[in-house]
Amino acid sequence: MPHSVAGPEIERLIQLLARLPGLGPRSARRAALHLIKRREQLLGPLTEAIRVAHERIVVCSECGNVDTADPCTICRDERRDASIIVVVEDVSDLWALERAGALTARYHVLGGVLSPLDGVRPEHLNLDKLVARAARPEVREVILALNATVDGQTTAHYITELLAHMPVRVTRLAHGVPVGGELDYLDEGTLAAAIRQRTTF
Amino acid sequence: MHWSDEGLVLGARRHGESSVILELMTREHGRHLGLVHGGRSKRLQPVLQPGNSVHATWRARLDEHLGSYVIEPGATRSARFIDVPLALYGVGALAALLRLLPERDPHPALYEAATVLAGHLDDVHVAPALFVRFELVLLAELGFGLDLSRCAATGRADDLAYVSPKSGRAVSAEAGAPYRQRLLPLPRFLLAGASGRDPTAEAVKEGFALTEHFMRVHLFEPRGLDVPEERARFVAAALRAAAAPDV
Repeated sequence: MPHSVAGPEIERLIQLLARLPGLGPRSARRAALHLIKRREQLLGPLTEAIRVAHERIVVCSECGNVDTADPCTICRDERRDASIIVVVEDVSDLWALERAGALTARYHVLGGVLSPLDGVRPEHLNLDKLVARAARPEVREVILALNATVDGQTTAHYITELLAHMPVRVTRLAHGVPVGGELDYLDEGTLAAAIRQRTTF
Repeated sequence: MHWSDEGLVLGARRHGESSVILELMTREHGRHLGLVHGGRSKRLQPVLQPGNSVHATWRARLDEHLGSYVIEPGATRSARFIDVPLALYGVGALAALLRLLPERDPHPALYEAATVLAGHLDDVHVAPALFVRFELVLLAELGFGLDLSRCAATGRADDLAYVSPKSGRAVSAEAGAPYRQRLLPLPRFLLAGASGRDPTAEAVKEGFALTEHFMRVHLFEPRGLDVPEERARFVAAALRAAAAPDV
């Protein structure tokens, strides 16, 4: 059994860092050492930032996004188009779409997708609030920006059925060849979907 | 330990950052789980979607270990399913029913039925009837097969119209007439030689009610389970499809 080379406080720091995505025990040691060496410039500010975040982060009661205010910054932004709601699985998807900057709409975070294997059922998702939001008179379109997986699209169809009786247009993201994608390397299913959903050039 | 087999993907659960625990219905090794290293990669993620067929090689040091899979793609159907709610709900229902099987218990006939069904789930004209037939195979494989070949009362093989909810045997229209309130209707598409293409909504409803009754009695209630939600969603979609097959 390897003996520890540092005190329990440092070992605990390493153990916690190793739980972060992308970090294993070895890279966690490197990160911990990096923080220790830059104690004033990095470790102190990081500790303070994490403490503040821990205290202030809340889930937006409107859309399910995470922020330090409720409603979140996006829901409070008057410049955003309130007639469009973009439905995403997770906050990471919301951030990805915001990075793309393709539209300035409101969002709705489901908190997952229907997944029998993981035991995720409709009642575990943020669906009631979505139906309530879609029923508002200003909402004209709901964009289902869910993953192109069987679970993601099962959830998309389930939501489409939930909203079927409402006067809103339900759309979804296109499926097909990604930018930079070479046809030779794409799976047959993606190619078939791209052919089916071809557009006029 | 080491084997290679064909498999139908039932689901994949995230494991760590880049791997998944894959659940397959294999021909010779039954419902079998295993770790796929790099299963969340761009190359493997489309392959490991439920409903796809794969060629799997499983390795483990001991038989009782989870083990790891090396996967090669077979028939990729999931992209076809994505546009068809009936197919998506069907995959979920198929997987939910196959999870009634104990792990690593081989059922080659059920594997065949599941693969044929998976290949036609996006065909709204045949999927509902195929699904009912698959459920009959499932019941038979688990020891609760129905005898729909001849009348339990008269022995006749024609004019079959009902099924006894107790014995699971077919009953002819004539013999069953006095008891028809207590018998389950036998849809025509389940009769020998009948086509399962474009059954009426009523026949689809009768077919699912028939299999649901016996699955409830023999499979779900003894385990304290309810009928899976996935099946209910599929049945609702199948009834809609049967009512308007060309929509």
